[in-house]
Amino acid sequence: MVETSAALEPADRAREADAPHSLVVRFGADKPLKLDAGVDLSPFQIAYQTYGTLNAERSNAVLVCHALTGDQHVANIHPVTQKPGWWETMVGPGRPIDTERYFVVCANVIGGCMGSSGPASINPKTGKPWGLDFPVITVRDMVRAQAMLLDHLGIATLFAVAGGSLGGMQVLQWAVSYPQRVFAALPIAAATRHSAQNIAFHEVGRQAVMADPDWRQGRYFAEGTNPRRGLAVARMGAHITYLSDAALHRKFGRRFQDRDNPTFSFDADFQVESYLRHQGITFVERFDANSYLYLTRAMDYFDIAADFDGVLANAFKDTPTRFCVTSFTSDWLFPTSDSRAIVHALNAGRARVSFAEIATDKGHDAFLLDEPELFAIVRGFLEGAAKARGLEIAHR
Amino acid sequence: MLKRLKQDLTMAEAARVPGGARVDLLLVAEMVERGARVLDVGCGDGELLRLLAETRAVDGRGIELSREGVNEGVAKGLAVIQGDADTDLADYPDDAFDYVILSQTLQATRQPRLVLEHMLRIGRHAIVSFPNFGHWKIRLQVGIAGHMPQTDNLPYSWWDTPNIHFCTIKDFRHLCDVAGARIERAVALNAWGRALRFNAPWWFWNLMGEQAVFLLSRQSGRAD
Repeated sequence: MVETSAALEPADRAREADAPHSLVVRFGADKPLKLDAGVDLSPFQIAYQTYGTLNAERSNAVLVCHALTGDQHVANIHPVTQKPGWWETMVGPGRPIDTERYFVVCANVIGGCMGSSGPASINPKTGKPWGLDFPVITVRDMVRAQAMLLDHLGIATLFAVAGGSLGGMQVLQWAVSYPQRVFAALPIAAATRHSAQNIAFHEVGRQAVMADPDWRQGRYFAEGTNPRRGLAVARMGAHITYLSDAALHRKFGRRFQDRDNPTFSFDADFQVESYLRHQGITFVERFDANSYLYLTRAMDYFDIAADFDGVLANAFKDTPTRFCVTSFTSDWLFPTSDSRAIVHALNAGRARVSFAEIATDKGHDAFLLDEPELFAIVRGFLEGAAKARGLEIAHR
Repeated sequence: MLKRLKQDLTMAEAARVPGGARVDLLLVAEMVERGARVLDVGCGDGELLRLLAETRAVDGRGIELSREGVNEGVAKGLAVIQGDADTDLADYPDDAFDYVILSQTLQATRQPRLVLEHMLRIGRHAIVSFPNFGHWKIRLQVGIAGHMPQTDNLPYSWWDTPNIHFCTIKDFRHLCDVAGARIERAVALNAWGRALRFNAPWWFWNLMGEQAVFLLSRQSGRAD
């Protein structure tokens, strides 16, 4: 088991939710965020990070969209965990998304807990954390908020939008909501709708959180508790879905943890148990339980075709955006068949699309890991797009 | 006649370029109008797409079955997707492209007729190149030596070949009839990759052509 002494107290996390170690833009009453739930969120704020320099033509901006438990700290040391940015292998100087060439923006999603308005933020009307009073948000809402951020930054058109998983859903939503603002789109390990199986997994995670007595109907900040155990269990369950049978076997097999024989108890005898417990505990230190409920819900509600009378192709009809769709062979959460459905719809919409399936045993998480083939594909695709866009070659 | 002569000169020039592209690809490229929208079905690592982009400024897309081929193509900035000619052409809308190209792939499809019909539906033109199974060398191997043929172009043993639907030039013309394709142009290449010149009868092409390239369009009245 891992030490939990470094765990942030709820109050610390609340501070990160309201006054984050990030750039922040606050939208006042004159600029409400119109939510799909039918209410206006106002005032609200977006926390974001940028890397690189916006060129004079303002044509080299790349928006990176983070996944369910990610945040805006793509390529810098994380202020809470002190770990490297979650996509440092992909984004940075000389990386495939080259910050010496592109101006990279990443914003914490609405509903998140790292500085953009979410259930852990202070409700301006009550002076207390929103909790479950925060309106339910959707992927469309996240994208709408990002568009307002880009308006604020004076970026009319994105050179590219990239992201994996929930990030990939946002990429697709960007291309659907604002086709004229997206030159190139890279949805990685994504889908145009959340499957029944994935909704089911999310529901198990939410039930784990809500079954924790410390959850207190979402009012754990006010009551000075923290549903650590529930959120940790949710994370443990979810983490299995991010890996693959083969990867778990390769990493852990049936090996024992710091012992030679079973203890005939319910300790973490196996390495894989110890690993999952560690994943659960470290996650609780940096993530808000209510945020987890809201963001998983947003993914569940995601279904692009539903907005187009059930015909996915209509969502992308004659889109000007060029796409690079990628999937991983061992990803069973967002399997290749999901990416292929995207590609079929794009073909039917006459879009310019590249699609590659990458062979790996690392499962869904492969998009975050060292996958040289993914790097080569993203680099090559962006290179071609930059040429078509007339972006200057980097001087390095 | 004049057209074929001009073709020959082009081929001869190409043959002189050291390290140049394959002659059959150059021949295909020569059939494509500048700036056209092109879909290359079975595009491999994207050699033809790159040739077309460089020499004809086309807006090119590709479909390739092999993952390695696709990933190489995408990394080169080409719009290539991993997919199967037999199943994935159905997704494209009518008239999505000016040219749909099937280069050295027809014989590896499960349903050549369906593939050709889809090509004619989604493209204004179809270009098909294929190895001619009626070539005299192949006939000798089957008819005299009594075994399945192996040539420089078709190096596989019968048990591990991806090629499951061989045809002769004569057979392909029959398919064109059945599938409602109008033959706009046809060229047969000999063993050295040179176009067979002159207005020889089809039977001669069928015997002497090692490969054939057909430029097709939909027969009028069948553009449904």
